[in-house]
Amino acid sequence: MSTAELNKQVMQITAEDRALIKAVEKGLPITSRPYADIANDLATTEQDVIARLQNLIDKGAIKRYGVVVRHKELGYTANGMVVWDVPDDKVEELGMCIGKYDCVTLSYRRPRRLPEWPYNLFTMVHGSSREEVTKKVEEITSSCGLQAIDHTILFSTRRFKQRGASYTPKDASNHKIPAKLQLVK
Amino acid sequence: MTDSTNTFSPLEQHLLNDFQRDMSLSATPYADMAKQLGVSEEKVMETMQSLQDRGAISRVGPVFKPNRVGVSTLAAMSVPEQHLECVARIVSAFPEVNHNYEREHEYNLWFVVTASSEEHLDIVLYEIEQHAEYPLMSLPMLDDYFIDLGFKLKMSALK
Repeated sequence: MSTAELNKQVMQITAEDRALIKAVEKGLPITSRPYADIANDLATTEQDVIARLQNLIDKGAIKRYGVVVRHKELGYTANGMVVWDVPDDKVEELGMCIGKYDCVTLSYRRPRRLPEWPYNLFTMVHGSSREEVTKKVEEITSSCGLQAIDHTILFSTRRFKQRGASYTPKDASNHKIPAKLQLVK
Repeated sequence: MTDSTNTFSPLEQHLLNDFQRDMSLSATPYADMAKQLGVSEEKVMETMQSLQDRGAISRVGPVFKPNRVGVSTLAAMSVPEQHLECVARIVSAFPEVNHNYEREHEYNLWFVVTASSEEHLDIVLYEIEQHAEYPLMSLPMLDDYFIDLGFKLKMSALK
């Protein structure tokens, strides 16, 4: 199976696993026995929680397991979403090349939306300043042979929200947007 | 590169850097870190909590592979400057939105929406458009070329 096909496979998740994912998606408790505490909330055992998490890692549902840092607070205050208009048959090769750099944290293929949006490869480049990000993008451009590829850097100026993904939100139809947030034009 | 040495103690630097991946799935992860770093478990937990409280770490635990457990998309909106703050707050109010940034471009609001199913995602995208009153462009991930090994930090204690 190609990476594209693998990436599109949404896993069949049991109700028990879904409850576990909900319990850990915002992070483990910082306690001596975090899995025992989670098990307690889910009315199961510590061994069961650990075995289920190991299974999610083995099945590839968990990509990484450990400390998740916030770049901005660590001095990497500039981040540029660099988008590239890559020929379709080159996306995988160039996406892998860009994804190997230490300063890069994402390398995804996404659809073009023509005519408004011609870019199909999205990468995230971090640095301590815009100049550093721009310099790194130049380095990547030259070493991955991207000189002829149209790209643009979208620097972030404000962060309105950043947290771990919630895969188990409540029923969407229950949304209530607070009245004070309703848009007044 | 900005050196965060002044902001973080050597122990904090190690906790930030050394356990970003392959953290042990043992029953006592913090005691394991303590053993490796030669400090007490209490000290590790206290320091980890402090890093979390200060916003240096978002959490300790799993990073799920996109679109394996749920479905997600990157959405972009083009919003006039005078409405951006308000629209951003409306978008952020949705629990399905986990990242929401202003970026310098004609498309100036970029956010990630994650849901449990395609149907749920479509409903949320529709609702966001209804409440925000601007059309959104949805750019779901088609392929992931990034092997997540964590983020290598440049700090003096790690040299």
